[in-house]
Amino acid sequence: MQAFLDIFDIYLLEAVINGILLGGVLALLALGLNLIFGVIDVTWICYAELVMIGMYAMYFLVQYYGISYFIAAPLTILLVAILGAALHYLVIAPLLTAPPINQLLATGGVLFVLQSFATVAFGIDFRNLGIRLPVLAFGEMHFSYARLLSFLAALLGMVAVYLFMTRTFTGTAIRAISQDRQIMALMGVDTKRIYLVTSAIGGGLAGLAACLLVLQYDVHPFVGLSFGPITFLICVLGGLGNFIGGFIAAFVFAEIISLGGLFSDLEWGYVLAFAFFIVMMFIRPAGLLARRR
Amino acid sequence: MMRQGRLAAWGIGLAVLIALPFVYRDPYHLHILVLILIWSFAYTSWSMMGRFGLVSLGHGGFMGIGAYVTALLWNHLGWSPWIGIPIGMVAAGALALIVGYPCFRFRITGHYFVLVTLALSGIVLQVITATRDYTGGSLGYTPNRASGNKALALQFDDKITWYLIALGVWLFGIVVWHWVDRSMARYALEAISEDEDAAAAAGVDVTAEKLKITLLSAVMTALAGAVYCQYQMFITPDTVSGIAVSLQMVFAAIVGGLFVSLGPTVGAVITILLAETLRIGFGTKAVGWDNLVYGVLLVLFIIFLPKGILGSVLDRLKPQRKVPRAHEQEAVQIARPGT
Repeated sequence: MQAFLDIFDIYLLEAVINGILLGGVLALLALGLNLIFGVIDVTWICYAELVMIGMYAMYFLVQYYGISYFIAAPLTILLVAILGAALHYLVIAPLLTAPPINQLLATGGVLFVLQSFATVAFGIDFRNLGIRLPVLAFGEMHFSYARLLSFLAALLGMVAVYLFMTRTFTGTAIRAISQDRQIMALMGVDTKRIYLVTSAIGGGLAGLAACLLVLQYDVHPFVGLSFGPITFLICVLGGLGNFIGGFIAAFVFAEIISLGGLFSDLEWGYVLAFAFFIVMMFIRPAGLLARRR
Repeated sequence: MMRQGRLAAWGIGLAVLIALPFVYRDPYHLHILVLILIWSFAYTSWSMMGRFGLVSLGHGGFMGIGAYVTALLWNHLGWSPWIGIPIGMVAAGALALIVGYPCFRFRITGHYFVLVTLALSGIVLQVITATRDYTGGSLGYTPNRASGNKALALQFDDKITWYLIALGVWLFGIVVWHWVDRSMARYALEAISEDEDAAAAAGVDVTAEKLKITLLSAVMTALAGAVYCQYQMFITPDTVSGIAVSLQMVFAAIVGGLFVSLGPTVGAVITILLAETLRIGFGTKAVGWDNLVYGVLLVLFIIFLPKGILGSVLDRLKPQRKVPRAHEQEAVQIARPGT
């Protein structure tokens, strides 16, 4: 009995730590989406598909052109940032005054476009980077090195965004716009430019997430569907536009998925996470950290 | 006069549709027609709540429940679809109530409502995949072939029977749409979609009205799923449930026109014909092309033609129509900026 408990605890601890590591990447994704929502007041349903494009970019740069991973990563981030800005310019900008539902559906259309573009251009094969990182053994627990690396990079990315938002003029303007979008135009801030910059940063964060996720997962055109919905739920759970709430919610979700997967299949972890989300929406409709009015 | 003319047009159109399979028997074309009718019914069901601003991405879930409950009861318990379909519909309705009631009670609207319903279709998809010992998981599921009475098992081999069934189901959807359109509920729901607080102040029971339409819409979508399953005799989680199916419903309804009864049908005709044409035109190379065109069209429609094809055409035909409702006016303004 005692032996059984020991093993059980080790697995539990391993799952908890793996959950934290998963949470890092999810938090990064949620940050990008939250940034866009907080500033532009638009939900990019296709956010995960931008990540998918980024993963393909990494795959081709590293596997096909033989560029080193660390040079390919900034290129990918740049590419997805440009993609994000283009998405804003082409799709969101004409719809800025439209009802929010229309904006949501338009990005839903972009989801179709990106997904099927990937299908047409790259086929439906599963591809992977071919980089196999070692597994870290710590006591009797095993962690994949890739997850650890992603977690650290995600944290670094978030710190960088935080510094940018608090220490630069553009960052301050972005935060100001998310508080009051009408008045900032009167204060001499070019809102259109700020929106574009925000979209580019959001895209860049998706690119960073792509560089990290490609280390752990195979890329295929529908890979976005496997973590896209989770990302939205995290943002909503944390309160759309609330960065800190999104950060906490990402770890809560990651733990639920990881622990749920420990006791049963991974799908049940997701089911549990979705169910938890729906219940939480009823208890705290405006997000985890929202104050009750 | 106008009314009589319209009724006559409906009658003639219907007679032609009923007579069609007896005159024209090409099985492939009939197959496409059956698919169009079944999906039209599903899209119509979605648009019943979609037109009031209740954009749900959870309908893929309801459709999946309808299809899988019917098939599972048949395969594992041997219950005829005649019992299984109502049970599937009740199950979908119960789920709609469980999720809908707190949603409406706590005023979860707009983005939040869309994302909660998105989670719902995610749950249904994952549950179907996770219970792969019973449902076959993502590999799909086939109802057993009936050994005895075909009608009892709701399995027919000839396309004409299926065409007539699909036509009946589709017609039922259109009739319900018109019934809602003429009811007091429509005015209540329109008031709600414009301003919930004002509607509540005017004596509209916001939660109850929204729940009613959601229940109706979910139950009908489950029926569509069950009929689709019985017709195709093969379902996978990706073809009857999940986010992709939900988005497909939204897309078709918007392309056709949300605010007119035949809009979703027009949307189904366009999307299915487009998919089939592309599939045949490109052959096996077409994987993805149809969705690529879909997606581009969806974006263009929302930007330039938010009332859909049929809605815009009808507007063009009679410019001095009754004063458009506020949310339609908004939509028109988006379509023609600067007015």
